[in-house]
Amino acid sequence: MLSRVGDSTYWLGRYIERAENNARLLDVNVQMLLDFESRRDGTERQFWGPILSTLEDTELFDGLHGEFTAAAVLDYVTFEPRNPNSISSCINYARENARAVRDQISSEMWEQINALWLYFRDGSAARDFRANSHEFYDKVTYASQLFQGVTDATMTHGEAWRFVQAGKFIERADSTSRILDLKYHVLLPSGEQVGGNVDTSQWTSVLRSCSGMEAYLKIRKGDVTPWGVAEFLISHDEFPRSIRFCVDRLDEVLHDIASAGEGRFRNEPERLSGLLRSQLDYATIDQIFRQGLHEYLDGVQEQIIRLDIAFHRTYCAY
Amino acid sequence: MSSLFRNYDPADFFDEMFAAPGEVRPHYRMLLERAEGLTVDDFNRKRQIAERAYLNQGITFTVYNDKQEGTERIFPFDLVPRIIPGDEWRHIESGLKQRLNALNAFLHDIYHGQRIVREGVIPEEIIRSAKHFRPEFMGFDVPRNIYIHVCGTDLIRDRDGRYLVLEDNARCPSGVSYVLESRMTMKRVFPQLFARYGVRPVDRYAQDLLDVLRHVAPASAAGDPTTVLLTPGIYNSAYFEHSFLARSMGIEIVTGADLVVQNDRVYMKTTKGPKPVHVIYRRIDDDFLDPKVFRPDSLLGVPGLVEAYRKGNVSLANSIGTGVADDKVVYYYVPAMIKFYLGEDPVLPNVETFLSAVPSDRKYILANLENLVVKSANESGGYGMLIGPRATKDEIAHFRGLIEADPRNFVAQPVISLSRSPTWCEGSMQGRHIDLRPFVLCGEEVRIIPGGLTRVAMREGSLVVNSSQGGGSKDTWVLDGGSASC
Repeated sequence: MLSRVGDSTYWLGRYIERAENNARLLDVNVQMLLDFESRRDGTERQFWGPILSTLEDTELFDGLHGEFTAAAVLDYVTFEPRNPNSISSCINYARENARAVRDQISSEMWEQINALWLYFRDGSAARDFRANSHEFYDKVTYASQLFQGVTDATMTHGEAWRFVQAGKFIERADSTSRILDLKYHVLLPSGEQVGGNVDTSQWTSVLRSCSGMEAYLKIRKGDVTPWGVAEFLISHDEFPRSIRFCVDRLDEVLHDIASAGEGRFRNEPERLSGLLRSQLDYATIDQIFRQGLHEYLDGVQEQIIRLDIAFHRTYCAY
Repeated sequence: MSSLFRNYDPADFFDEMFAAPGEVRPHYRMLLERAEGLTVDDFNRKRQIAERAYLNQGITFTVYNDKQEGTERIFPFDLVPRIIPGDEWRHIESGLKQRLNALNAFLHDIYHGQRIVREGVIPEEIIRSAKHFRPEFMGFDVPRNIYIHVCGTDLIRDRDGRYLVLEDNARCPSGVSYVLESRMTMKRVFPQLFARYGVRPVDRYAQDLLDVLRHVAPASAAGDPTTVLLTPGIYNSAYFEHSFLARSMGIEIVTGADLVVQNDRVYMKTTKGPKPVHVIYRRIDDDFLDPKVFRPDSLLGVPGLVEAYRKGNVSLANSIGTGVADDKVVYYYVPAMIKFYLGEDPVLPNVETFLSAVPSDRKYILANLENLVVKSANESGGYGMLIGPRATKDEIAHFRGLIEADPRNFVAQPVISLSRSPTWCEGSMQGRHIDLRPFVLCGEEVRIIPGGLTRVAMREGSLVVNSSQGGGSKDTWVLDGGSASC
């Protein structure tokens, strides 16, 4: 497979996943704020600032917007063309990448991504957003999941498919770590206790942003605690959006791509994914909280960035 | 008569479907009958299905200098097919084969002994000054002596229905993907129309093209050549077609940046390291192929590619330097070429053409600008053209200046009243001018897929069919049997 094709399929996987994660994140935040409408004693920045911090977008946003309002943040993360990570930009990039490798992906995949792009381009997306933002974000999420399903069901599970998977899982691992980190940026309103109503509700939103509410409740029997949620989203080995699950799958596809056996490595990306994988396998939640959740997640994100760079150097720009 | 065609007026043109108002030509009779039950609403629904199919599949082209948001547009597609009876097609086919053989013989001659110049058929000056003549390739033998592997020859019909050659596209003709896609769309939208009509299929094209490419592979490929399609990239106006063809042939589509040349051999950069490449179907003009040899500022090409080609390690389709054959001044001499190389009379005549390089012609052109179509020798896509009867005084004055300054680069032709076909426009069937671009492949033998791309000028009265100028397309049906007169 051409290196350029590898690069494009990898980013196709990443951008679609990123669009979906942004949609979830915004949707859940909107909903959570509805619960606290009456108690909003803080500023808009207090409620929406964490979203931007999580996405590392605060600076660009401040440069584009004079005022900090919920509507401005939603628009910035959803539609802003100058924000390279807005949902709309992600869909553009995903389609550009798909267009560059149309000969490698199935027609069904192309039509799915192209339909999503048209939905944004012809103004239907903006219209739906204004009518009902929850339904709109749901639509984006489903479109991404439909794309993943169509990809699995119609594309040869060969090298190009593995690159799409690598992109998807690296993005999802990164995204889950950021969503979990969201709680670090969210301040409790004054007078609220850790473990109190508001705190629990915030952790619940974190879970819902990762579609993890139901799975978590089955496993933890209704007990939403900070360490419970963190442990679940970091190291559960069967929940498909936990960091560990994503890194496990990533490590597997990297081995398949390089055709080395598990537990061995042939190149830098495999070495780094193996390293991250074993760290996640043996991490305990006590140790993570002792180190500091935010610091721990920062470290994970840094390792993911190094892995991305190594991957790119090994397969795409040697 | 069907409600769709009831008020259709063929007017004073050669109409493809109606010999006179209400008098359908025999090869369209079955179409008219089958359109009988179709209401305007049904028809509009079918149009929407077709349009959505095009949009969803991203069957688009890119317009240059378009300031509007996005640069992709759908190619307007008209649902009324253009039908060519079997005997008419055989006539066209023999004319196209003859023409391609003459052009290939001409290119070989021009890059070797130039017999046609020495014997006074074509002035040396015309060749020397042709923009796409590549003197660097004098004496070079191209693989299997094939210069033009893929040719798009534009045909028009005049007021009497005679097929004439308007121009040859001997470099990177595009449009064949629309032929294949529009057939698929028509079959989906009107399955019942095709039943027992005897329409010849077109889907062999990709396989035929791949056969041509493999036929010219260097011996070093040892019977298993790696073939790629070289595209300028996703922003090129024909990118959809490039990826479509690559997919249909099952070959890689590459950009210049994907290829490297080492020791005069071409490799593509893959995730498993460099892999040798033997045949390149390039959809990039000569000028951009290799910054070491042609335009040094080209970022699209591959440094060292031309040297690899010269050494015979990689084959290119089309060959370098074929552009001299589709220069509009050289076009004037094609009938003479056919006579010269093949000893035959041309089956398909040229459109009457005046060369502004010839003093007596120039005088005539300058005196009759408002009645002529003036074309610059090396522009395509409907750019660089003056249609006298439609032009303003200023435009005519502008072209007068251009011709006087550079007479070598202009030709003029009388305005041909192109044939028309019923076309759905603004809620009714109206006559619109059309042309035809068949695609001619030259490998072990010359092969032509039945039909080709019928382009239609969607604007009323317009004679310009190019997609960049608001043209659309129609499915083109060649029938197994039938003649226009029976």
